[in-house]
Amino acid sequence: MTALLDVVNLRTSFPTPSGLVRAVDGVNLKVEPGGSVGIVGESGSGKSVLSLTIMGLVACPPAIITADKIEFEGRDLSHASQAQWRGVRGNRLAMIFQDPMTSLNPFLTVGDQLAEPLIVHRQASAADARNKAKELLQRVGIPAASERLDAYPHQFSGGMRQRVMIAMAMACEPALIIADEPTTALDVTVQAQILDLMREIRESAGTAFVLITHDMGVAAGFCDEINVMYAGRVVERGSTRSIFRDPRHPYTKALLESVPRLDDPPGGRFLPIPGQPPDLTSLPVGCSYAPRCRWVQPGCLETAPTLVPVENDPARTKACFVDMADPKGQV
Amino acid sequence: MLVMVLKRLGGVILTVWMVATLSFFLIRLAPGNPFANELHSLSPEEDAARRREYHLDESYSVQYGYWLWDLCRGDLGDSMKYRGKTVNALIAQTFPTSLALGSMAMLMALVVGMTTGVLAALRQNSPTDYALMAVAVFGISLPSFVFAMLGIVLFVFGARLFPLAGWESYRHVILPAMALSLPFAAKISRLTRVGMLEVLGEDFIRTAYAKGLAERHVVIKHALRGAMLPVISYLGPAFALILTGSLVIEKIFFLPGLGTIFVQAATNRDYNVVLGTVVVFSTLLCFFNFLVDLSYSLLDPRVKGSTGE
Ligand SMILES: Nc1ncnc2c1ncn2[C@@H]1O[C@H](COP(=O)(O)OP(=O)(O)O)[C@@H](O)[C@H]1O
Ligand SMILES: [Mg+2]
Repeated sequence: MTALLDVVNLRTSFPTPSGLVRAVDGVNLKVEPGGSVGIVGESGSGKSVLSLTIMGLVACPPAIITADKIEFEGRDLSHASQAQWRGVRGNRLAMIFQDPMTSLNPFLTVGDQLAEPLIVHRQASAADARNKAKELLQRVGIPAASERLDAYPHQFSGGMRQRVMIAMAMACEPALIIADEPTTALDVTVQAQILDLMREIRESAGTAFVLITHDMGVAAGFCDEINVMYAGRVVERGSTRSIFRDPRHPYTKALLESVPRLDDPPGGRFLPIPGQPPDLTSLPVGCSYAPRCRWVQPGCLETAPTLVPVENDPARTKACFVDMADPKGQV
Repeated sequence: MLVMVLKRLGGVILTVWMVATLSFFLIRLAPGNPFANELHSLSPEEDAARRREYHLDESYSVQYGYWLWDLCRGDLGDSMKYRGKTVNALIAQTFPTSLALGSMAMLMALVVGMTTGVLAALRQNSPTDYALMAVAVFGISLPSFVFAMLGIVLFVFGARLFPLAGWESYRHVILPAMALSLPFAAKISRLTRVGMLEVLGEDFIRTAYAKGLAERHVVIKHALRGAMLPVISYLGPAFALILTGSLVIEKIFFLPGLGTIFVQAATNRDYNVVLGTVVVFSTLLCFFNFLVDLSYSLLDPRVKGSTGE
């Protein structure tokens, strides 16, 4: 089976007065049809820039984007024209953004905004688009859908707006939806409902998802595969189950420890990761996590580790020299 | 919505009444009188007769009563200077000129200002942007009469494109309107540019692009409305400034407009003409501000009392 999305060696950097910000620094990403891949990392690790680059939404110039391959549904988009991008965006490849409060246009009715992708990509008539928009609202669980079509975004709650965003992303039945922190701006109970809705869409429509989050817990409940991102690079990759059971990168381990768990004793160990993410304009020569790493070895400061398979599991890769079980015996 | 409209209309009437009342007493308190500065000064008997004719021999409150009663019936009285002419007739005669000048200037300012503003925003930090904004700074910092002079030198004496002055054809209105509109076009251009840049940075613009919409569509349908809000709120003050600016421009180009008769009447102490023009000016201004607020709430569904609520 060929991959739905195959990104190889993607780099996105921004020239700034203080230097070149390497926001995405050589990322590979593969998504199978109907799959669900998580990208997890602290804020500032380049997750949003990665997803916007895949959507072709990073303006370049000023940004500098290079990739060996950005293949989507068998077509290489790395050299696509603006018109080709427009044909894919919102049609086969859609995106849900972090903040539903600001991501919908406050001046246009919800029905109007829902109809747009249908009119642009499907050449739907206004009446057909409106009908479909109503169905979409019903589909994402918004009550009294036909009246709500004429409402403006400010008349919806945060959770309801995110449902509208999801409906909008689904409008043209895309093969892949990239969801960038879709639940971060929402209350905990609403978070769970939105994730349930996305899961239900994935199962019934077979839509593949890339879920971006800083929360390992959210990724665990939704993704088959997890990519852990740090300073613009993927530092560990594996099935959700194996990542949780047996994290091999010190950063992954630290992320997992920073997730409050239900079985934690009250007031128990909640460990934010000490230290700061590195300055992306001047990354260290060696491993960019080394300054914060509990297991750091002298070799870590000299060369940057690359993503290599972990010994007994070909689906697992990590970019780390150290074996956390035996820090002295380097891999 | 309807309640809001009615309330605001009530406000318009109240404001016009207050402005007119204030002017009524102020003009009477000013030194001089309508009959004092005529070439041949009137004899005491003639003067007394004139005063009686215009009720000027009564107390202020009685005069005010007469005047207000006439005003309510839509009668602005007789001119005290142009004998035999009613103020209504004078205004009817001059208003079309001022209206043509003002609306033409406003239209030019909006069209030129908004297109250059949008263009500058879309080409932010390009030579086009810098050039447009340099012209705008120039336009804002110089008053209209300077442009009037410049325009006359360039287009009348230089290129002979326009007639110098007077009021005979549509070509007579173009140069004065251009001179009048330039500072406003410049200001509107800057407001549009800033508004546009702000809106283009919003998350919902990214959402629009993520849907696969073309730039033209994103700009026109998603960005323009929000970018227009600062321009709309500026239109109220702009209208007032265009009114006062037209006083000067009408004088420079010898246009027989409302401004010209207002200035003349004020120097002549032609009480009724002054008050008549004040009533017209303040009604226009209030009504225009009311329209601005109305369009603001129609444009932004989040504003209370708008259709979206
Ligand atoms: N347009 C831009 N210009 C300069 N730097 C940027 C730009 N966009 C993002 N960055 C930088 O790229 C880095 C990654 O940002 P982002 O992808 O938003 O992180 P995340 O989504 O993981 O929180 C940050 O350091 C951010 O400051
Ligand atoms: Mg982000």
